[in-house]
Amino acid sequence: MKFFGFIAVVVVGTLLLVATGDFPGWGNPHSPASEGQVSGFYIEQTVNVTKVPNMVTAVLADFRGYDTMFETVVIFIAGIGIIAVLRTFGDTAGKASDYPEPDEGSDIIVRSTCHLMVPLIQLFALYVVAHGHHSPGGGFQGGVMLGASYILLALACGLPVAKRRMGERKAIVLAATGIIIYAGWGVACLFFGGNFLDYASLDPVLPGDKEMARSHSMLVVEIGVAFTVTAIMFAIYSNLATRGRLEKGL
Amino acid sequence: MIWQFDIIILILMVVAAIISLRVKDLLGATMVFGIYSFLICLLWAEMGAVDVAFTEAAVGAGVSTVIMTATVFSTTRRSRD
Repeated sequence: MKFFGFIAVVVVGTLLLVATGDFPGWGNPHSPASEGQVSGFYIEQTVNVTKVPNMVTAVLADFRGYDTMFETVVIFIAGIGIIAVLRTFGDTAGKASDYPEPDEGSDIIVRSTCHLMVPLIQLFALYVVAHGHHSPGGGFQGGVMLGASYILLALACGLPVAKRRMGERKAIVLAATGIIIYAGWGVACLFFGGNFLDYASLDPVLPGDKEMARSHSMLVVEIGVAFTVTAIMFAIYSNLATRGRLEKGL
Repeated sequence: MIWQFDIIILILMVVAAIISLRVKDLLGATMVFGIYSFLICLLWAEMGAVDVAFTEAAVGAGVSTVIMTATVFSTTRRSRD
């Protein structure tokens, strides 16, 4: 059986290597992806149409808004699924682990360093969310960093300390709020006579012209994404680390 | 794109991938997998895909490693089969 597995790996690997030779070179201007109508439009018109210098965010949050909205929904469903599978109530003690149980927040050096670091991480995460359409970053990255700051707090000071800041109920409500912000912003466009997620139609209520309305809407949408990602990241971690008991964990 | 830098990162990536598959200790394998994520993040940053590199650093190297570590801590040293 091992021999056949080896043969299969070699054959598939060779085929993949041969296929790689047909790929266009890195940065080749004549590759099919660069010569199409769509990428040309994005590269030339993004700044004129949306006033957003970061093309990646413009494509993510504006031109392909539907895609990103349902990506956020996928993250939400994944988090809810993990909570539904792992969360246990009552006194169902898990199997004993061979790895030593870490002490909850006993080391003062770790705790002090974490208390120093967490505000800075959260500040940088908020900057990444708010500045996502001008520099690399956006809702997903900022949300993950914000979630990671809560995870750091749970690692260093014990889960109860982190749970006081981001409880289970709060996390689920926050995750749902993020999606409501995103979808609600799309519905708001309908009320002003545009299509779903057609940000330019929000021009009457937002400061600036039609292009600035798209730029501002991207910020709102990114904030919605960040809400969901933050809450779900922390919910996944806290359920995995405590085997669904949400009491004492890593 | 500096090809010498590329070659070094790619070789280290292959080494990290093989080590993370071969190491018996799950915690060690998780750490090496985190190193692999950081290397691929470096490669993307170097190719100019800064947004992808940022996501990889935050999700792949940061949160995934922590989540996998949390999972490793609820396993036992030997399997019961």
